[in-house]
Amino acid sequence: MSAGLQQEYAELPDTLSVSLLGRLIGFLRFMRGNGYQVGIQEDHDVIRMAEFTGLLDRRRVRWGLRALLCSNCDDWQHFDELFDAYWKPLNRTQEQRSSHSEKMDSKNGLAGQQGGGDQVAEADHAEEGDDSDAGDGGSKGGASAQEAKARTDFRMLVDESQMREMEHLVEKLAKQMRRRMTRRQRVQQYGRRIDLRRTVRKSLRYGGTPLDLAFRQRKQQLPRLILLLDVSRSMSLYSFLFLRFARGIVEAFKDADAFVYHTRLVHVTDALRERDMSKAKEKLALMSLGWLGGTRIGDCLKRFNQDYGRRIVNSRSVVMIVSDGYDTGDPDKLADQLRQLKQRARKIVWLNPLLGREGYEPIAGGMQAALPFLDLFASAHNLESLLKLETDLMKL
Amino acid sequence: MTEISQFQIRLAEAGYVAENDLAATLLLLSKLERPLLLEGDAGVGKTEIAKTLAKVFECPLIRLQCYEGLDVNSAVYEWNYQHQLLAIKMQEADGKSAVSKEQHIFSEQYLLKRPLLQAITMDKSPVLLIDEVDRADEEFEAHFLEVLSDFQISIPELGTIKAETKPYVILTSNGTRELSDALRRRCLYHYVDYPSFDKELRIVTSRLPEINQKLAGQVVEYVQALRKMDMRKTPGIAETLDWAAALLKLNISSLDKDPELIMNTLVCLLKTKEDHDAITKDVSDRLIAKAG
Repeated sequence: MSAGLQQEYAELPDTLSVSLLGRLIGFLRFMRGNGYQVGIQEDHDVIRMAEFTGLLDRRRVRWGLRALLCSNCDDWQHFDELFDAYWKPLNRTQEQRSSHSEKMDSKNGLAGQQGGGDQVAEADHAEEGDDSDAGDGGSKGGASAQEAKARTDFRMLVDESQMREMEHLVEKLAKQMRRRMTRRQRVQQYGRRIDLRRTVRKSLRYGGTPLDLAFRQRKQQLPRLILLLDVSRSMSLYSFLFLRFARGIVEAFKDADAFVYHTRLVHVTDALRERDMSKAKEKLALMSLGWLGGTRIGDCLKRFNQDYGRRIVNSRSVVMIVSDGYDTGDPDKLADQLRQLKQRARKIVWLNPLLGREGYEPIAGGMQAALPFLDLFASAHNLESLLKLETDLMKL
Repeated sequence: MTEISQFQIRLAEAGYVAENDLAATLLLLSKLERPLLLEGDAGVGKTEIAKTLAKVFECPLIRLQCYEGLDVNSAVYEWNYQHQLLAIKMQEADGKSAVSKEQHIFSEQYLLKRPLLQAITMDKSPVLLIDEVDRADEEFEAHFLEVLSDFQISIPELGTIKAETKPYVILTSNGTRELSDALRRRCLYHYVDYPSFDKELRIVTSRLPEINQKLAGQVVEYVQALRKMDMRKTPGIAETLDWAAALLKLNISSLDKDPELIMNTLVCLLKTKEDHDAITKDVSDRLIAKAG
């Protein structure tokens, strides 16, 4: 116990101030048990904190501890509840009430209730074994719920609100994609290098002294994404989600383009870039005549190659076709068009949501014809597989 | 009077209206010499806190604005290459050994100090504001950690530079990216929320002393109601102050007198086209009536 504190509480009986400090240390254990990041540093700092907040004014102790122990918004929001649970005498017996507190292990629970001087020793004791607990506590429920969400096949979402939420997540994921992809690139080419040849060249006018340094920096080459979304009836469970995905993509990648197709091909980039949701829907509705009918992938690809191919597909383009491969058109035609596309584009990716289902084999005529031309054939039936996509894209 | 409320008054004198829990946190920051991480929506006055703190401690404010791609050369230090090359040329004639020449050109004389290095080599503890730390790349956090936990910076050619004075460090984050646990762990934490009606009213009247009480009340009530609506860009405190100042300039003494004119001043509050479209005259009139 520090000298300053001893002085401040000189008038208190020794046992009382010691037991207060013990309770305080006990609180740190309690918070650690609840998933807060509490280490040895905090043990030291809490005593120094007590020197100026004192220990007798609960409000001030609360402010001090909150600043010290919280490390994110979530911690911040749950702090008061836990603080009251520990310090309010009435609640002391029902510490395990909130979902948070339930994760508290019994040793810490005990420590919370005892108070007193022997506590410090107990706390030191707990040091080694407890670290794992500290890590997993906290918002574990949230994490596993998140995980479950990531694995849910999009077609299993029946509930309207679940659907909204998933759409939101998918769009967000698409937007973050660009950020993560550029970052990955930067790590690969970390640091800038001096371009010796050009530096020497520039140094000529200074008589050989390299005053002006020339730097070499590899140009960042993000793939140019082109999405072709199948919106025929067989894809109806997925098409709206992929539209949201496309919306996120065209918003994040300035040079990305998106098309939807069924029996016809429609350019939807501008409609998706419309920031006002209701207007975007209006535009899409106008274009959507014939949606959810049959598919003629071959014809649509032909259209694409003729009208847009030359203009927007180049050696930087990655063409992403989202379809289940159920085609009412001629498989040979599809193969032919894919061959043409392949000559122009950098890569062709085919996303087939059915691939995530157990027992699915890509035997549909169209799919069979397409397989030889694909650089990547992946499922895209849940969040996890969409996330994996960006790593695959960078590898291409 | 407690230390905390004294400190709160000093903050108020420097022009910042702080709740007592924030004052307690800031006091803790100066006592424990630990960095403080401030989180909250844009426009709640996070950056302002650092500025005020510099005023209160009467020390310089060093600001490092983070951005994607921020690197050591612009955040920590850089060698002055041109200067070094000239020095080499000049030394060519005096027959010093290569080692001593090298030592000379890699001495502090040729070091350009960037914010982080500057902050730990000042005579008086400065306030170091690391703004929008979440925008910096994850790999860069390592450099922050070195400064924030040990208050030292290692430079390969020079060795480790230890802090002569420890800066008061404030980090702000808008949550564009999750910060690493290691960084969070080093820091004290405070979540800054939009101000309550009372607090915002006090801010407006302290910044704009000439405003009349009625208008100030209406303005704050209006903005508070606006924040509850679903907006693309929720107006922060700076917007409230801008708007109030604009109304003062136009000699408007009460919101309900001239709703047309009020509509034209909303440019101070609404920063996107969508928000402009959403707040029609009817909506605005309703808000004014409520604020009455």
